[in-house]
Amino acid sequence: MDFADLIQILAATVRLSVPLIFTALAGLYAERSGIFDIGLEGKMLFSAFSAASVATVTGSAWLGLFAGILTGVLLSLLHGFASITQRGNQIISGVAINFIASGLTILLGNAWFGQGGRTPQLPNTARFTEITLPFAADIAPIPFIGPLYSGLISGQNILVYLAFLAVPFTWWVLYRTRFGLRVRAVGENPGAVDTAGISVAWLRYRALICCGILAGFAGTYLSIAQSAGFIREMSAGKGYIALAALVFAKWKPLNVLLTCLLFGFLDAASIRLQGIIIPGFGEVPVQLIQALPYILTVILLAGFIGKAIPPKAGGVPYVKER
Amino acid sequence: MSVPLGTLPRWVNFGLLPLLNVAVAFAISGLVVLFIGENPIEAVKYLVAGALGDGEGIAFTLYYATNFIFTGLAVAVAFHGGLFNIGGEGQVYLGGLGVAFAALALDRYMPWYITAVLATAAAFAFGAAWAFIPAWLQAKRGSHIVITTIMFNFIAAALMVYLLVNVIKQPGNMSPQTRLFEEGGQLPKLGWLMQVFGLDIGAAPFNVSFLIALVAAFAVWLLIWRTRFGFEIRTMGTNATAAVYAGIPYVKTVVVTMLISGGLSGMMALNPVMGDAGKLQIDFPAGAGFVGIAVALMGRSHPVGIVIASILFGVLYQGGAALAFDMPNISREVIILIQGLVILFAGALEHMFRPALIVLFAPKPKSVAASAAGAA
Repeated sequence: MDFADLIQILAATVRLSVPLIFTALAGLYAERSGIFDIGLEGKMLFSAFSAASVATVTGSAWLGLFAGILTGVLLSLLHGFASITQRGNQIISGVAINFIASGLTILLGNAWFGQGGRTPQLPNTARFTEITLPFAADIAPIPFIGPLYSGLISGQNILVYLAFLAVPFTWWVLYRTRFGLRVRAVGENPGAVDTAGISVAWLRYRALICCGILAGFAGTYLSIAQSAGFIREMSAGKGYIALAALVFAKWKPLNVLLTCLLFGFLDAASIRLQGIIIPGFGEVPVQLIQALPYILTVILLAGFIGKAIPPKAGGVPYVKER
Repeated sequence: MSVPLGTLPRWVNFGLLPLLNVAVAFAISGLVVLFIGENPIEAVKYLVAGALGDGEGIAFTLYYATNFIFTGLAVAVAFHGGLFNIGGEGQVYLGGLGVAFAALALDRYMPWYITAVLATAAAFAFGAAWAFIPAWLQAKRGSHIVITTIMFNFIAAALMVYLLVNVIKQPGNMSPQTRLFEEGGQLPKLGWLMQVFGLDIGAAPFNVSFLIALVAAFAVWLLIWRTRFGFEIRTMGTNATAAVYAGIPYVKTVVVTMLISGGLSGMMALNPVMGDAGKLQIDFPAGAGFVGIAVALMGRSHPVGIVIASILFGVLYQGGAALAFDMPNISREVIILIQGLVILFAGALEHMFRPALIVLFAPKPKSVAASAAGAA
């Protein structure tokens, strides 16, 4: 494996980790405010469908992005209505959203576009395409830095850069703003927040809206940036990997970035490692590498590497008085 | 938000309220069908005709229902203990491995009923084993069981693909599956039972595991409401702190509840593996583990409710195929939407209509006066 191969793997890592970063950050807002969100998968899937549909009809990637975000927010509000207003079980509500997204995207896609749940192939004008950063071609011949800049940093689409910006932004919101302080507080002790005269319900709704926006970015990335159209079940469990990444990152934004890059790298490597024999171990089963994110998360949850402490009030509906 | 106080009569609480929730789920599905420009009443007609129109349809419906009874019971047992076993899919998958081992080992030497007993035991053991680690981690180390069981679904899928492709694949066959079980490893069809009602089973794979499912449903009823351990499960599900205070061992109860739940999931594998395909294939659970969640919620975690809900979902699964054939504009996935809406309204939003029903049905004047007097 030479340097060019490494750059290729790293570029694949970045591409594969972007939806994970968006989705895990989406889950971070929800879960730090005390709302478990199993429905990330469904939000991502439905947003992907909306983005692709609107981009198909209007021919505009930006309107597609808007539709994706709107879908994510609406599904988040549904989750909020069930788990905040009606004080229902948050896990069940999330599972329901996953099923609704899975069924409705295929049903609507089939009825509207008649391609068995796919949306038509999008032209590049209706997608987020690669952006070549300045001087990429000029720097390319320089050894080491050249390929790194032109092959990895340049030539990604705008959502990739936004994903990497979303991490420090989320950190700033969470740790440097009043809203962030309150979100963290309401996830640990909603009673205290309520006593301070702040509405627990409204705060959690706002956190869920943030969650929906980011999930919308994730879905949009899948359908109109990474690929050129919606394919049925195209989220393919990424929402659950993002959930695992969120747990693995111990609900902290910068850890989320590192974990998603790790999981993205495992994904990229699993394709590459097919059939490669490691000395002294034999052939590595691809399935083992694919399952590694889940295995690592379980080991972490078991408390064998560090300790993952979820927000204290997570999963418990807040009852003001009884 | 003030919730009116009062207790609902039993028939409202266990009859009308769940019925109302499910009705709303179906009504919204109907609106979606209307939205894509089809007639929902027509759709229901095709659906019911496909599922219940002839003997073969009914037999297919019951075949699907068999799967859902097992997974629904599995989810329900965990619910009673206050645990959410979302890992049915993985447990079914592993259960299939147990069934395949038993059938491959015995099918050439034993009659089907001996193989079936051992395969049932193996399916239960493999499913339970797959639930053990999440259960133990929940009980001992406080890892959230929802997350761990989800993770175990994916680990199970990877493991089974690995085993089927690299280890137990039939040599010389391209597709990753075991060899076909011989007669001693296949469950007989229930054609005779259909004939009692004057119906023809046709090509439907409706088999003996339906009867095993009904026995399992009865056993779960006995366990939950007629044994000491069942009482302990329910106590823990209602209030874990009080249960521990009352001397109920937390770790043991969590682990054993999850073992039973995982085992019931694992037993589902009997139906598709031994009763239908006669071999172990990739992806045979096909989402049945998740349907169990909808079924358990709709059946309010009671075995009778679960059997009824399973048959309803069997109708959806069988009728959905016929519907997609007759009305190509409505794809088969409409049943996944219905499933999601049932989970939403019968599960997450189950109390949405309660305040209104309490206003309508609760016998309030007397009870309010009595409690006020008691407080004074």
